[in-house]
Amino acid sequence: MNTARTANRALPWAVAAALAALCFYLAMRILAAGEWLAAGAFLAIAGAGFFVYLSKAAFAYRYLYPGLAAMAVFVLFPLLYTAQIGFTNYSSAHLLSESRARQYLLDQAVPDESRLMEFSLHADGGEHRIALRPVVDGVAGAVTHASAPVALRDGIEVAMQRIDAALPPLAKALPLNEVLLHRAALMRARLVMPDGMKLQYTGVREFAPVNPLWSAADGGGVREASTGTLFTPNRDKGWFEDAQGVALQPGFKVGVGFANYARMVNDAEFRGPFLSIFVWTVVFAGMTVLLTLAIGMPLAVLLNWESLKYRSIYRTLLFLPYAVPAFISILVFKGLFNQNFGEINTLLHAVFGVRPAWFADPTLAKVMILIVNTWLGYPYVMILCSGLIKSIPADLYEASALAGASPWMNFRRITAPLIIKPLAPLLVTIFAFNFNNFVVIALLTDGRPDHLNTKLPAGTTDILVSYTYRIAFQDSGQNFGLAAAISTVIFFMIALMSFANMKVAKLAAGGK
Amino acid sequence: MAIVQSRHQQKRVWAAHAFLWVLIALMLFPLLAVLSISLRPGNFATGELIPSQISLEHWKLALGIPHIAADGTVIEPPFPVMRWLWNSIKIATISSILIVAISTTAAYAFARLKFAYKDSLINSMMLLQMFPAVLALVAIYAIFETIGTYVPWLGIETHAGVVLAYVGGIAMHIWTIRGYFETIPTEIEECAKVDGATHWQAFRYVLLPMAVPILMVVFILAFIGTIIEYPVASILLREEENLTLAVGSKFFLSEQRYLWGDFAAAAILSGLPITAVFLFAQRWIVSGLTAGGVKG
Repeated sequence: MNTARTANRALPWAVAAALAALCFYLAMRILAAGEWLAAGAFLAIAGAGFFVYLSKAAFAYRYLYPGLAAMAVFVLFPLLYTAQIGFTNYSSAHLLSESRARQYLLDQAVPDESRLMEFSLHADGGEHRIALRPVVDGVAGAVTHASAPVALRDGIEVAMQRIDAALPPLAKALPLNEVLLHRAALMRARLVMPDGMKLQYTGVREFAPVNPLWSAADGGGVREASTGTLFTPNRDKGWFEDAQGVALQPGFKVGVGFANYARMVNDAEFRGPFLSIFVWTVVFAGMTVLLTLAIGMPLAVLLNWESLKYRSIYRTLLFLPYAVPAFISILVFKGLFNQNFGEINTLLHAVFGVRPAWFADPTLAKVMILIVNTWLGYPYVMILCSGLIKSIPADLYEASALAGASPWMNFRRITAPLIIKPLAPLLVTIFAFNFNNFVVIALLTDGRPDHLNTKLPAGTTDILVSYTYRIAFQDSGQNFGLAAAISTVIFFMIALMSFANMKVAKLAAGGK
Repeated sequence: MAIVQSRHQQKRVWAAHAFLWVLIALMLFPLLAVLSISLRPGNFATGELIPSQISLEHWKLALGIPHIAADGTVIEPPFPVMRWLWNSIKIATISSILIVAISTTAAYAFARLKFAYKDSLINSMMLLQMFPAVLALVAIYAIFETIGTYVPWLGIETHAGVVLAYVGGIAMHIWTIRGYFETIPTEIEECAKVDGATHWQAFRYVLLPMAVPILMVVFILAFIGTIIEYPVASILLREEENLTLAVGSKFFLSEQRYLWGDFAAAAILSGLPITAVFLFAQRWIVSGLTAGGVKG
């Protein structure tokens, strides 16, 4: 009994110690790769976890920790990190840190073609022997060097010996397909010649001495081996450059201050499309609110009219667009609106004799997006209004019926004034949601048709979020820094909308 | 309401019915059109909204069965739709279970325990949720690239990584569950504690069984939310075999390879179960959305 209890108490500590060792090992590995920031963040999160679960002081946090950690790592941290990236030149041309970019250059090497050796593998017991034949004018001669039998493991150094009588004869060479099975090990193997020269794998049949293209120079620079030119790091631009300012690829990631933001304001070629995208984003979100309200609200009024039968059937059918997953219904519309094969143009052609170019004409594309988004969004507004109308006391309508008011009068004098206040904050939420409604743009038009003559591709139907996605992940050179800067601008707009939402909600609450 | 209906009223009722039917026909046209397109032979046939000839080729292809055309050529399924559906369901199920587990414990702390900055903490969590993940995609991509160099099965191009990315979106669910917990009287748990139960036991064996309905609701909400998620999945998953349905479906309608009929069948096949779940859960979803809108 007593031992069982001791074991019960010891077990959690043993588990905790094992976990701590694991975390420590991982942190060390991350640190070894030079990512001290990631290692620090990891240790902080893990350390907080240990404190919470081992100390009695932080009792409530035992329940909160998983949720808080998940939100901190995958919601809060990405937001802050995005803001930070916005101040750097992080992009496909400036992907690595300075030390890793330098290491990349120092690892660059060319095989010495003049001293190429063709190799062959020879099975010997469970191990293999490697034999080399010098290549002269593209023709391999006789075997000059061979190794003792070795196990082909990763990262081996194989000592090569000159062929002489003391070496046992080689077995038959393995065919190429069997050699290829050992390719991974061979690629990392180094063959050490009798004179100390090291050969590396340079092709499926060859080993050769490899000459580095760059050598390390003082001050963090690199020197080109062939010309002796010194390239020093330029930490403002994020690349290595020589005295004439010729830059090397790859560059590295550096802070550029407000350069990405300055570009939004000062660069005329960028500002033009950026402004028109911003305007369209606001129009898109605003029009969506208006149109969904224009359809959703009357429907809600009708569906709450007690003289009308079959209301629950109508409600379900009208709710259907909201129940279909958006990624499917948006693509359905993409097909239906297709200029040549789409059913909508087939109908329009049959009735009016026209085939509008929904995807090629900017205005029509915008109209199409608004039609689709209204279709997607009106059921939500309908349900919201319906709930609000239900909460209006029925005696108000009875009184107005006694006074002989028309339905229009009822709506104008009773329904609308009573639901507009609680509805207002919800409309702000719908606006904010559509302001960032990436999916509908990405799946329907992908921002196309594009603006003509812009440095960075920009679409006429792009909204701000789809534009940043495009800058970061699509055709325009993966400019993460610029995309993150635009995202940060959007953060502020969302904060503004949240603030407006709170104000409106407070007003509504006060008005009740 | 005992009000005599005038003849005027009758006319209005008929007008309302007519209006609603016209509107329903208009709104449901796209959905009905897809059904007819999926049964039409070929990918380019135009003009026939009610197909004169019914063909099941698109449905076969969507189910992953090769179709043998009339001239004897074998058409292989263009995309592994069933595989994508399975990926989607797998990711959505696992992340929903994790989301429910994590948000339930957090909601318990917010509803029952006392600690400093409780209100500001939940309010900032709700505020944080206003910023959609689509704005932080660059950072999310960089994070998972870093994770992947140390823990390869959690990196880019892994389903576990996508699940992990979804687990952060819990503020809304914590709010919902906390609201439910607060409607349950604390006396029952107090009694359990008097009888010697620990905090954890009171939570696990007393409160949790009473909260099963709300946990089901949150599970369904999280499931639908993750199965239709597009932006994060689209940057973390790139290889065809790995995609979720939400990311993969768009490849049916690329300009180079326009497979309208095949898409229609695949869309119905994969969309129908999700739509059914949504309609089934409609009541809770709507109340959840409304509550979030008012309070968020």
